[in-house]
Amino acid sequence: MLSVIEPIVVCVGVLVALLALAAGLVWLERRLLGLWQDRYGPNRVGPFGLLQVLADMIKMLTKEDWIPPFADKPIFVIAPAVIVFTVLMSFAVIPFTPHIQVVDLNIGLLFVLAMSSLGVYSVALGGWASNNKYALLGGLRAAAQMLSYEVFMGLSLMGVVMLAGSFSLRAIVEAQQGLWFCVPQFPGLVIFFVAGLAEARRIPFDLPEAETELVAGYHTEYSGMKFGMFFVGEYLGIVLVSALTTVLFFGGWLGPVLPPLVWFFLKTFFFICLFILIRGTFPRLRYDQLLAFGWKVMLPLALLNLVVTGGIVLAKS
Amino acid sequence: MKEVIFYALGAITLVSAFLVIFLRRPIHNVLFMITTMIGLAGLFLTLQAEFVAMVQLIVYAGAVMVLFLFVVTLLNLDEIQLPPDSSTIRWWVGAGFAIAVAILIFPALVAFLPGAEPKSLTADPTATVSNTAIIAKELFTTYLLPFEIASVLLLAAIIGSVVLVKKKY
Repeated sequence: MLSVIEPIVVCVGVLVALLALAAGLVWLERRLLGLWQDRYGPNRVGPFGLLQVLADMIKMLTKEDWIPPFADKPIFVIAPAVIVFTVLMSFAVIPFTPHIQVVDLNIGLLFVLAMSSLGVYSVALGGWASNNKYALLGGLRAAAQMLSYEVFMGLSLMGVVMLAGSFSLRAIVEAQQGLWFCVPQFPGLVIFFVAGLAEARRIPFDLPEAETELVAGYHTEYSGMKFGMFFVGEYLGIVLVSALTTVLFFGGWLGPVLPPLVWFFLKTFFFICLFILIRGTFPRLRYDQLLAFGWKVMLPLALLNLVVTGGIVLAKS
Repeated sequence: MKEVIFYALGAITLVSAFLVIFLRRPIHNVLFMITTMIGLAGLFLTLQAEFVAMVQLIVYAGAVMVLFLFVVTLLNLDEIQLPPDSSTIRWWVGAGFAIAVAILIFPALVAFLPGAEPKSLTADPTATVSNTAIIAKELFTTYLLPFEIASVLLLAAIIGSVVLVKKKY
């Protein structure tokens, strides 16, 4: 009986926790940005403005769900769902603690990369289906950006795979018992985090929705809960990249005294805050700078890291 | 259970493959081609070839098809206009040829290809070494030379594309 209930509890628990976290992040981001930019941020609704999230949700759900008559309807409707689906699927392989994990695939890391590469379709199709020039430009920018940064995101993680000798995320965490991979794989960590910023389409890589030039980029025509889905997808993406950084480079649930789940949460939370700090700090890049930086700086660095790591692993064995 | 999943995935793959050919709007063709790729990845999973399945998703569904989508959206192709074809004979010759090929080639494939019988659908569940490790080992020992030749070919393609781009400036 317990063996039947347990997986269901884990699945539902992970899902509910993630959606709650994504909603809470909206509040956290605005409060932290307020703090770092010397202003208040939302503080009217409920204690510390915490109920602002609820107010936003009610607004989104009750707003008119407008589909423009010139849009390609089926694709317009499917596009926002794709990003939420692919990001949530990626969380299935993340080991939160030794016991809380939806499924331990032996190709877990590849699964995450595959899902993130499918997530591109959401923004590209959303931009195209809107039948709006700004949206199309945003969608194309997003597709080119995510495609380029995906390449060395995968390459930067292969060093970790070499050290751990497995694609399974659980095995990777267990291989970090002596030393977290952030020390031997420091270049990999930096490259992965930059690529993660680009994959989540966050400042300084938020060109696809650059409001000063493209209105709102690929979600210009979206309103109501369809816009909400893109929003939730973006915040879940931030949580995913933070959780992956924790799992791959900072020993996942490993840590003294405190229980594993708390360690995992604390580490992930740190990277989420770092994401927000970066948003509050950096200006937006120019688009050609973004692509040139990806292909001319990050890709060679990722390859170099791969060669050096491979050489060291080979010399040790 | 396994059969049900196999036939469901097979049906999705085949139907979307047909739709790729018969639908008229290029964007829909691209979308159904993506579905075909995802269906193929699912079929690889039922064969317990999880590494191949994921590479199928990353390379074909994730990267190659995005480039297709790029071309379609950038050129703003709305509908394919075929030139009017007055001869109906050509259609019949094409269809007859396709059926003949199917009748002749398919039994030949089943007869001669190793492991083409339906029983190969259920791979050995007792395998302890992961699929990824086996592929890596085979690539870097048995098939080292073809592997290296393929990588040199890809390198040549990369250099070629860089040269093509540089010419314009």
